[in-house]
Amino acid sequence: MPAVLIEDVHKRFGSLEVLKGVSLSVEPGQVIAIIGRSGSGKSTLLRCINGLETFHAGKIEVAGHTMTQDPKKLRELRKDVGIVFQSYNLFPHLTVGQNIMLSPRITKNVPDAEALRLAKEVLAQVGLSDKFDSYPDNLSGGQQQRVAIARSLAMKPKVMLFDEVTSALDPELTGEVLIVMEKLAKGGMTMLLVTHEMNFARTVADTTVFMHQGKIWESGPSKELFANPQTPELSNFVKAGAH
Amino acid sequence: MQTFGWPEALFILRSAGWTLALTAIAFFIGSILGGILAIMRLSRSKWLRRFASGYILVIQSIPVLMVLFMSYYGLSALGIELPPFLAASASLSIYVSAYLAEIWRGSIESVPRQQWEASASLALTTAQQYRYIILPQAVRISLPPTVGFLVQLVKNTSIVQVVGFVDLMRAGMLVNNATYQAFQIFTLVGAIYFAICFPLSRLSRHLEKVMNASRSH
Repeated sequence: MPAVLIEDVHKRFGSLEVLKGVSLSVEPGQVIAIIGRSGSGKSTLLRCINGLETFHAGKIEVAGHTMTQDPKKLRELRKDVGIVFQSYNLFPHLTVGQNIMLSPRITKNVPDAEALRLAKEVLAQVGLSDKFDSYPDNLSGGQQQRVAIARSLAMKPKVMLFDEVTSALDPELTGEVLIVMEKLAKGGMTMLLVTHEMNFARTVADTTVFMHQGKIWESGPSKELFANPQTPELSNFVKAGAH
Repeated sequence: MQTFGWPEALFILRSAGWTLALTAIAFFIGSILGGILAIMRLSRSKWLRRFASGYILVIQSIPVLMVLFMSYYGLSALGIELPPFLAASASLSIYVSAYLAEIWRGSIESVPRQQWEASASLALTTAQQYRYIILPQAVRISLPPTVGFLVQLVKNTSIVQVVGFVDLMRAGMLVNNATYQAFQIFTLVGAIYFAICFPLSRLSRHLEKVMNASRSH
């Protein structure tokens, strides 16, 4: 069974159709990069997968849950689907440790001692064990983003979504975040990432999906796709470099 | 003729106690109502939103004095006699609730939308989002304007004299009617208002600075 199954999804903002029938199937352990210009619908598609955006037609199944508007079922889905945002979105009034332990404690009733152990484990995974008691404001952007990844990992997700997670970072800080993501990918995590890091997409993602005008314009094994674009749109996009 | 001396000054000081008591009661009850109204204003239910907006619109569009007249003279014309203290507390509470509701709604709305998204993505319920993520941040944002409003409230309680309640202002006027030593009396009354409001104003400004210095913790 695929970890993520997207079938003919349509989405409009008012009269503007931003997703015009998107279908995609992701196997467990697969890493999918979604690339494309701004406005191609790639972030919208990603946000549909954990219900942050609704869609008008089509079907999405993720980690054995069918996407629904029912709040209770949606929460069950979200326990299995992590998302990391461009702007980190840590909770500024909570320490790093509290950021990570909050949801496991209150949505999954993980006992305090276990939540603490879990938080330390995921912080070690992203290389920030010493920041447990820091507040997000005292961390660099790259560190904040790694905490955001750790916070997602603490939910033990089956699928992780990354929405342009390095776009807000200074170039010298993107590396530390990409390394963490690459480790996750090698560890077998199912990942979908919207990214402008073409090099990362080519080397880490099994499959790259190029979106254009609300559709999947072209997709295939990353290395082949970048080496031999089949459409002029992708060819231009690759030539123009990251954008 | 009576002269202005210690007994009169003590009478004025005691009445300042009533001004404080009235402020405290109106602020306490108004906070509870205002908190509920703020959440209603942001509720997903259209009817709750409409009810709360309507209430706030009406109360903010009429003078507090009107509410006071209605709850004292208006109700008594209908045969319901409220004692002045009760009518005054109730009217001021209603007034406070409408204004705090708006201050707090604004504070809740100024918590970035991404905080809602991040907490929703972590499977929190709406109640959990409010409790653990949104309200702790909104409270910080709301502290300076809330304390600022409290200063206004202390001064606005002086309207309750129209229903015969003796607050600080009314006490000053009574003593003046008996002694005609207006300058001394109103200097004292003014000094007492100042002694109450000045520290609060300073607190409000201090909180604003602290909030600006660190937007978070």
